[in-house]
Amino acid sequence: MAAEPWQTAEIPGPKKALVITKPEVVAAMIKRAKRPVFVVGHKAAEIDFDGGKLIDFIIEFSKKSGIPVVATAHMIGEFTKRGFKPAAFMPAVDIGNRLVDPDWAGVDGKGQHDLALFVGLYYYMEWTILSGLKHFAQHLKTISLDNVYHPHASWSFPNLSHEEWVKNLKVIMEKV
Amino acid sequence: MKTGLGLIKNLELSIGRIVEEAWAEPMGPTPFPSLTALREWDMKLLQRYKPFYLPFCDVCCLCTFGKCDLTGNKRGACGINMAAQQSRIVLLACCIGAATHTGHARHLVEHLIENYGRRMPLDVGGLNIQVEAPVTRLVCGVKPETLGDLEEILDYVETQVTHCLSVCHTGQEGSNLDFESKVFHVGMLDHVGMEVADIAQIAAYGFPKADPDAPLVDLGFGTVNVEKPVILCIGHNVVPSVGIIDYMKENGLDGEIEVCGLCCTAHDITRYYKRGKIIGPISWQLRFIRSGVPDVVVLDEQCIRTDSFYEAQRIKAPVIVASEKNCMGLPNRTNDPADAIVEDLVSGKIPGALILDPEKVGEVAVKVALRVAPLRKKFKAIPEVDEVLQKAKECRQCGDCRRACPQDLHIPEAMKAAMEGSLAKLSDLYDLCVGCGRCEEACPVGLQIHSFIVKAGEKKLKEETYKVRAGRGPIQDVEIRNVGSPIVLGEIPGVIAFVGCANYPKGGIEVAEMCREFASRRYIVVTSGCAAMTAGMYKNEEGKTPYEEFTGEFTAGCMVNVGSCVANAHIAGAAIKIANIFAKRNLRANYEEIADYILNRVGAVGVAWGAYSQKAASIAAGFWRLGVPVIVGPHGIKYRRMLLGRADHEEDWYVYDARTGEKVYVGPAPEHLFYAAETKEEAMVMIAKLCMRPNDTTKGRAIKLTHYIDLHKRLYGTMPEDIHRFVRTIADIPVTMKDEIIKILEEKGWKETIIPDPTLLPRLIRKRKE
Ligand code: SF4
Ligand code: SF4
Ligand code: SF4
Repeated sequence: MAAEPWQTAEIPGPKKALVITKPEVVAAMIKRAKRPVFVVGHKAAEIDFDGGKLIDFIIEFSKKSGIPVVATAHMIGEFTKRGFKPAAFMPAVDIGNRLVDPDWAGVDGKGQHDLALFVGLYYYMEWTILSGLKHFAQHLKTISLDNVYHPHASWSFPNLSHEEWVKNLKVIMEKV
Repeated sequence: MKTGLGLIKNLELSIGRIVEEAWAEPMGPTPFPSLTALREWDMKLLQRYKPFYLPFCDVCCLCTFGKCDLTGNKRGACGINMAAQQSRIVLLACCIGAATHTGHARHLVEHLIENYGRRMPLDVGGLNIQVEAPVTRLVCGVKPETLGDLEEILDYVETQVTHCLSVCHTGQEGSNLDFESKVFHVGMLDHVGMEVADIAQIAAYGFPKADPDAPLVDLGFGTVNVEKPVILCIGHNVVPSVGIIDYMKENGLDGEIEVCGLCCTAHDITRYYKRGKIIGPISWQLRFIRSGVPDVVVLDEQCIRTDSFYEAQRIKAPVIVASEKNCMGLPNRTNDPADAIVEDLVSGKIPGALILDPEKVGEVAVKVALRVAPLRKKFKAIPEVDEVLQKAKECRQCGDCRRACPQDLHIPEAMKAAMEGSLAKLSDLYDLCVGCGRCEEACPVGLQIHSFIVKAGEKKLKEETYKVRAGRGPIQDVEIRNVGSPIVLGEIPGVIAFVGCANYPKGGIEVAEMCREFASRRYIVVTSGCAAMTAGMYKNEEGKTPYEEFTGEFTAGCMVNVGSCVANAHIAGAAIKIANIFAKRNLRANYEEIADYILNRVGAVGVAWGAYSQKAASIAAGFWRLGVPVIVGPHGIKYRRMLLGRADHEEDWYVYDARTGEKVYVGPAPEHLFYAAETKEEAMVMIAKLCMRPNDTTKGRAIKLTHYIDLHKRLYGTMPEDIHRFVRTIADIPVTMKDEIIKILEEKGWKETIIPDPTLLPRLIRKRKE
């Protein structure tokens, strides 16, 4: 299925993200991954989600799936306020830069990651970082869990309505 | 005639050379450096701060061999790969930036020589400024004394920029790191070009000469007296504006007409004429023109919206274009009598004219403004409230505007509210909108969305009355002497330069907040260009702007506006002068040593919270080569690559101890060279962190750590995790946090290290260890 980038001028090149049509597929990919990591941008604390904020969902998601969270920007504070300790906190460009390095020890010191989930960055920051990873991190698959199409990820939702997105994320959470 | 001029030129040049010979300081190793003369230094930086590429586009479309798909490091038809291609584009951008400043400098110097002669001395601060051109002295190894001396310097810069531009051709440089080195080279050249431009105009036009008490001038839409005829100047080259102001004064019209500006020309207008008014940064162009206030619009060069001619026509304001670089398709009337041009513009026979003689621009603009103002009656292109409410009903809620908006503003929701009769949500967007107009281009029904936002925010717009200190130009030698020691020892925690354009992620207020925060913490805060204006557009509870709140002297806790974009060279110049005047390092053509000094000892950081132009890219590149890290706002990530250090790679953070030749771990200080922050909070913590330098004394490091930890705790809600990397000895630990920090150090297995006399240059080791 074709999807349109959220920012209309962000026309990608020949290689575009596959569209997530079935959230179950994402759940299966996450389960298959050996060393996934979840990069969470500052908007996660701003976006409403099912009566709370997106960050609350992510905390639950991380607890259930065991996927370590990297909090970007000042998000560490938002997580700790909620009694959750992310595996790492660092600037978005730093985690991007480390993810391209095949020799990086990963957030837990046990080796490079093979799957990175992204959510909650500025759209343009997320697509540039995903672009960096698409071109320079051949060992890595990326999934955007934003409700907009991110052409530079390996997998992305298309542009979704808020309700559909919430529904989809809940399915993923259920299945991981 | 031509031969005669040539002869005179040669004669002047040789006089210039004789003057240079009289400069007692011995010539350093790299006068007028070529493309590769400083390559080794660049590679040292690039080894530590490796590029992280964020391709903006997967393909290359620079030549007809392509388009080529470079995805995943594939090679194009010419053999280039993605990493090199990204650096090539950065180099291209920086060449554009440097060419823009240098072209500006060339035009300015030519014009000033014509009016004032080659022998006009370059006085930029009288006895307070012995080192009048630190960047030029450092790079070129010459000491310019007159306007004429500047020509030779520009010859050099232009030649080098041309060479670097040629590097971007299909099938030249193949290594991304060599491209990066050339990026640094162009950045360095850019600062020379900027310095030439600003010292020439300061000297010739009598701008504030290194004046800490430069006057407070008016800033904001609301400061314009709309009852008077209004001339609006947009751009960067003040020469035509000077023509206007001079003509007005000579004809007893001073005070009869409002002369105001947008973007850097505005800074320079107020440096020349204290009645001049700064409307705001580049992003105020659409809203101010559409407001109908300007009666004549004068465009010079750079950062002009290329549709401003069209926008001016909508409000029936005649346009004068005054630069060869920007003719806008208008007829060239330079050689026609002024009154004939005035007649044609007033009658509407022509909507605009190209006039390349700045004096004539002055006469025509003034005469046209006086005659057109009563006819136009401030005819505006912004609809009335009723019309906005009515028009909003045509919105289809398609969302195209939001998807075009670089700020992702929730325009459709605001439209919906307007449909229902409320402008409140549109008004909320006013503070966040960067005025680009992309939303309007995208709207399938052709709604004038930006105008709607401006109408909804009209009250705020009209209340924009602020003060900004006019650009002061260079920093005095005595100011450098006073702060040199506390900066180098770390007692003044840092020098922070807020520069750049106006695409701020969450509105301009964040710039003002950051300035206030760091000035209150007694950092040295310096501003220039659009950032300097933005910082002045917010008042504190007492109704004071940061310029009224903090001193204009270059000292702890200041708010110094150096001036327009070209004045950025004075910020680099201040860092260079610290090494030269305070530390007595040789300046003349001694680039590596001075850059090494700055990198290791001067806690300076550039912040371009909004940055989009190619000039911003080349300005940043000039700072990188000097060892000054630059933080950009999130939009800056679209510059395609970052230069990031790896704190986790211990081997990257060793320096030589110049006393012994020993290699010493100094921690990731500064951790990054070029870096895009996602949020203001992140930027603030990083600013404090990037001010740390290997040379900090224990007392200085303790002060810097205090600010870093304090900001981290406040904005992140936690202790930083990397304190152990910055504590060298127990004495570095801030006293108030001793127990807490010692506990962390123990957990991290911290070991004490020595504080070296740091350098990356083996030739500066005084006593080699066998
Ligand atoms: S410059 Fe090279 S990569 Fe670019 S289009 Fe031409 S051949 Fe292809
Ligand atoms: S003019 Fe303002 S609202 Fe419109 S696209 Fe630009 S930033 Fe967004
Ligand atoms: S693009 Fe125009 S029609 Fe579509 S939502 Fe925006 S304002 Fe409405």
